[in-house]
Amino acid sequence: MLENKYVLEALQAQFGDAILAAEESYGMLSFEINPAKNTEIATWLFEHPELKVTFLTDLCGVHFPNNAGKELGVVYHFHSFENNFRMRMKAFIPVANPTINTMTTVYNAANWMERETFDFYGILFEGHPNLKRILNVDDMDYFPMRKEYPLEDATRTDKDDRYFGR
Amino acid sequence: MKESKVNIAEEPEGLKGEGFFATSLEKVVGLARANSIWPLPFATSCCGIEFMATMASDYDLARFGSERLSFSPRQADLLMVMGTISKKMAPILKKVYLQMAEPRWVLSVGACACSGGIFDTYSVLQGIDKVIPVDVYVPGCPPRPEQIIDGIVKIQELVKSESLRRRNSDEYKDLMASYGIE
Repeated sequence: MLENKYVLEALQAQFGDAILAAEESYGMLSFEINPAKNTEIATWLFEHPELKVTFLTDLCGVHFPNNAGKELGVVYHFHSFENNFRMRMKAFIPVANPTINTMTTVYNAANWMERETFDFYGILFEGHPNLKRILNVDDMDYFPMRKEYPLEDATRTDKDDRYFGR
Repeated sequence: MKESKVNIAEEPEGLKGEGFFATSLEKVVGLARANSIWPLPFATSCCGIEFMATMASDYDLARFGSERLSFSPRQADLLMVMGTISKKMAPILKKVYLQMAEPRWVLSVGACACSGGIFDTYSVLQGIDKVIPVDVYVPGCPPRPEQIIDGIVKIQELVKSESLRRRNSDEYKDLMASYGIE
């Protein structure tokens, strides 16, 4: 059975300053990394003879508008089947330049997940083979899950106020 | 003798005598159309479940002359839209409507189809009347089968009283043009 502390120390020994922070929430290891190193760390975890982290459970975006310079985040959920060990890796990037390396070079499963994250948060995955919208209408010109819109848009024309008492 | 429980369609206004009945062609055509509507169910969510109850034996839509559901738009008279229509679904709904032959009617069932319902959000069409013209709206979330049947009866009244020239009128052409339909 792998321990969180053991895995974190192995990561810190290998990557040093690239591991920016770490925490344990509800028993699961969660660490923040330098976004430039995301594929490098994932590759190392994948090829590690003992850790054998070979499954990408989920990849998603997150937006913290008050976190200056680190507004947008990409969260990777990893799973090592052989050790039954799970962990989360977080990379934060500025909203002004939302680019990060694609994970499709390590996991093919990342293809659609990155398209979804691009669709909703506008995060640009450099090196992705087909980065276009996947769930929303193709002609949408904004990223709907970003926290930069008022709860209700007063300029909307598709809801008629006469019928909704507003 | 016990009175029969079977109802037959009421005869339209006209002149009646021994062995003959005279009325306008429009009324006869309306009567025939209203009592043999072929609906095309476009069911996307929970209102569709209510529709399934409506057409099944308990509520039995067949009693209103809609025994045969048309799953091809080519042979359908009535498009029944039941459920949430997302913005991505909107062009598909419009295409189905365009594939139907005139005369065609549209019944919008449930809050989502009528107005977007609770889904006041970026991905949901705020009422199908943004893309196609609607004849009758049935409110409810979801409406009970009785309400859906009431909507069908309202459609039947429209069909029965519709002028045969309506689809060639300028008003109708303007309405279609406002939806970008030739």
